[in-house]
Amino acid sequence: MNHFYIPALGGTLIGLAAILLMATLGRIAGISGIAGRLVEGCARGDRAWRVAFILGLILAPLLVQAIGGNSGIGTPDSSSLQLALAGLCVGIGTRISGGCTSGHGVCGVARLSVRSIVATLVFMACGIATVFAIRHLGWGG
Amino acid sequence: MRSAFALIAGLLFGLGLVFGGMTQPAVVLGFLDVAGAWNPQLLFVMAGAVATTAIGYRLLLRRKRPLLEKTFHIPPTRQVDMRLIGGAAVFGIGWGLVGYCPGPALASLAGLSPSTLLFVAAMALGWWLGARLPASRS
Repeated sequence: MNHFYIPALGGTLIGLAAILLMATLGRIAGISGIAGRLVEGCARGDRAWRVAFILGLILAPLLVQAIGGNSGIGTPDSSSLQLALAGLCVGIGTRISGGCTSGHGVCGVARLSVRSIVATLVFMACGIATVFAIRHLGWGG
Repeated sequence: MRSAFALIAGLLFGLGLVFGGMTQPAVVLGFLDVAGAWNPQLLFVMAGAVATTAIGYRLLLRRKRPLLEKTFHIPPTRQVDMRLIGGAAVFGIGWGLVGYCPGPALASLAGLSPSTLLFVAAMALGWWLGARLPASRS
């Protein structure tokens, strides 16, 4: 068993990031929304903060590494086909439902949005079902 | 100024993902594998994040406006419809397939692994396609 205070501390940092973004820019810290709008095209003045946020995300593991820690980055144990299919599903699904683990799962649940609570239950259930199908029913394995 | 705060928020968020173990697909899949050797780690990350955010939002949203903008950008939609449920289902399937959701996938770009790059490219294509599906501008 791992020590669970470190993951809880990680969660707290995610919460602080969400609070900071709401306090300054008045935005929900939803990654699919922040990055997705960049891909689909948004107003010029709306771009820089999104790029900066994503840059911060990418810099985080490098910063941990630079101060002597483990970057914490793991490599997915999946085929190219699985990676491409999964990426497409995650992109389309989060765009259509308007959020992902952060936007719905953290920020939405935190403000008790019924939509976000429903979305979170659905994507958790479907994630669990998918892992069950692959690991215990031998689908796609 | 806006970008500086966004950069710090992104950095904090990324550090949270790293300490939470969320940039390791094996940890995420271990959480979703309730019938196997279940790893509850993600639950602690979510609980910490939701509790902190809930307290912060409660205090913040009493104010009239954020520091650098005229209004808070809170999603106005309240309707639970098939787009929400169907989209969340498709997302969940993709999440369970590899163990990446958008935040950890983007943060993991730092590792320059071809697997992560492929996933992120497909995810970006998915966002682009999703925005072009009929009636997606609701």
